Amino acid sequence: MRNTTKLGVSTALALIIGATSAFAEDIKIAFIDPLSGPFAATGTNGLHQFQFAADKLVNEKGGVLDGQTFEVIGFDNKISPKESLIQLQVAIDQGIRYVVQGNSSGVANALTEAIDKHNRRNPESRVLFLNYAAVDPALTNDKCNFWHFRFDANADIKMDALTDVIAANEDIKKVYVIGQDYSFGKAVAAAAEANLAEKRSDIEIVGNELHPIGKVKDFTPYARKVVSSEADAVITGNWGADMLGLGKSIIENGFTGPIYTYYAAGSGITAAFGEGGKGTIRLISEGQINPPASDESTAYYEAFKAKYPDGNIDQSRIANTIGMLAQAIQEAGTATDVVAVATALEGMEYDSMWGSKIYMRPQDHQAIQNMHIAVHTDEGVTFDYDNSGFGVVTETTVEMAGMDSPTTCEMQRP
Amino acid sequence: MELVLVNLIDGLVTGLLLFMLSAGLTLIFSMMGVLNFAHASFYMLGAYFAYQISLGLGFWMGLLLAPLIVGVMGAGVERYGLRRVHQYGHVPELIFTFGLALLIEELVQFIWGKNQMPYDIPEVLNFTAFAIAGNSIPAYKIFMIFISISIFIGLLYILTKTRVGMIIQAALSYPRTVESLGHNVPLIFMGVFGVGTALAGVAGVIAGPVLGTFPGMAFVLGSIVFVTIVIGGLGSLWGALVASLLIGWITTFAKSYNVRMEDILNGIGIVTPSDLEDNIFRDLWTLTSPQIADILPYILMVLILIFRPYGLFGKRDA
Repeated sequence: MRNTTKLGVSTALALIIGATSAFAEDIKIAFIDPLSGPFAATGTNGLHQFQFAADKLVNEKGGVLDGQTFEVIGFDNKISPKESLIQLQVAIDQGIRYVVQGNSSGVANALTEAIDKHNRRNPESRVLFLNYAAVDPALTNDKCNFWHFRFDANADIKMDALTDVIAANEDIKKVYVIGQDYSFGKAVAAAAEANLAEKRSDIEIVGNELHPIGKVKDFTPYARKVVSSEADAVITGNWGADMLGLGKSIIENGFTGPIYTYYAAGSGITAAFGEGGKGTIRLISEGQINPPASDESTAYYEAFKAKYPDGNIDQSRIANTIGMLAQAIQEAGTATDVVAVATALEGMEYDSMWGSKIYMRPQDHQAIQNMHIAVHTDEGVTFDYDNSGFGVVTETTVEMAGMDSPTTCEMQRP
Repeated sequence: MELVLVNLIDGLVTGLLLFMLSAGLTLIFSMMGVLNFAHASFYMLGAYFAYQISLGLGFWMGLLLAPLIVGVMGAGVERYGLRRVHQYGHVPELIFTFGLALLIEELVQFIWGKNQMPYDIPEVLNFTAFAIAGNSIPAYKIFMIFISISIFIGLLYILTKTRVGMIIQAALSYPRTVESLGHNVPLIFMGVFGVGTALAGVAGVIAGPVLGTFPGMAFVLGSIVFVTIVIGGLGSLWGALVASLLIGWITTFAKSYNVRMEDILNGIGIVTPSDLEDNIFRDLWTLTSPQIADILPYILMVLILIFRPYGLFGKRDA
């Protein structure tokens, strides 16, 4: 008897709670990225940036529509495509309609395929995939679909902008390309070769090399080859410990020219390069950190540092992702009909506080924005990375990089 | 020709660093029959402790204190952990050290976080010692060579010329006899374990600034250390030295010279297939030595295990 009463009471309670939550439902965003294991630092840092962006750009301004707020929930995928699909299913079962992911194009490829399939089979619970960092060009070319949006420039666009800068520098006659032995490293090497041949046929590629990913203990022999090839510049797509090891070794063994990189900032790398990398390490990315692009971005960064004193904003596109999603939901007038939201995102022009207009190209859902080549230094740094006094300062800007870049995407709209 | 000399020096540095790790491991193994999976974790602890100490007291105090702390921790692990597990046999010992390796890695991440640590070469040593044909040799590398060679000579002297060394060697082969002669064998075991881990600590202190101080550093070196002692012969100090240098030079030279598989195969008389793009062996034909440099020691280990299972300098037949 008592048990029945208990059951009845708890059912009633559950119903009430269910009813209230349905009444003022938050818009939930699933963040599917590594939160444990060797890449946990990158994943956790990204999650913090997302949660901060949601609070600052949406919730503190009264939310979207009739006061609905954003909630970013972390799902740990251990950077495995298989685990990601499980987490995706968990997220969908919780009624989540928006998925963000960025680390590893392998994961992104698995997710975009699974989401496409899910959305075709389950029109009543469709989800959108907002990709903030996976840069494999295929995602907005052969493998593109209506549900995937990329807010970072893809590897080809970045290389296009990077080689524009190299081509404009008459002092560079020889270039050394080195990277990790997997799809992304190979894509970077191929793009560098093709772009340089087209823009400056007089530049000689004196080395084009791949090394095992995450296995190299000592980069000295590679660095020796770079130095003895008399290269004027180095291009690498390395990240993590491989980036730091390679960069440090090249500099220590006497290389003084520019080292053009994709990922040599934040997560302790800036602090570890320190004085040694000054004026040598260069970074291509979106979003200008130093000098600050606007008063808004200054205030935003300061507030972020107040909340996360040890954190960095090394992925300014995360704020753009949240900002653009909020604007799209507002325009569509709904957060549950993701087709309407996706249609609003297509072709959207968004003014980013990081000093760029962002255009979401409708043909392939690739965000087109200004790209910056920044240098690692301690001079003129307003916001440093890793509290090291060193940071990245913009040297050159390529306006709306890759605006007319070709795409093989044939977008299928529902 | 000059590049050969430069590569010899680079390979020597890598090899000697490996030696400092494998020397401790092989000593511990020959004495207690324990394969210490956590050995590389003590190397990592050495680097992190030295980094922490160098923030307050400078690099040199780090070099002095960090190995001591690591050694004491190692001795503690032997005294209060391994010795208890020992009575249950070898498998529990293996599992114990394996678990310890995971625990240390998590602990390091918990305390210092997952980022790279800005642990740097001291100012005094941050200059170019000399240059060979435009390739600068940093003074720090010379310092590394110097430290590791003096450690090797010191170890060799202690083990072969002193009374302590004689007792250790005797305890290696006839622990019961040594015990009945009135020596405290468990204490000797603890001491050897402590010294072995302290050596790994020294390696960590001097390698941290060049190879990077991050939570994955133990993992990167962990397996290669085992390869070294298998090639050298389990339990042999000379074997550890020779195998370390061999691995150091093989990997360095493989990375420095672009030896292509195509040239090797052509050299032994196999003609390149005309339809290389579609050939099923395309990946084999297009291999270059820098791509596989870090895998070569493993191939060497397999060969050694096939043709000389007790290693280059091993005494007993495994």
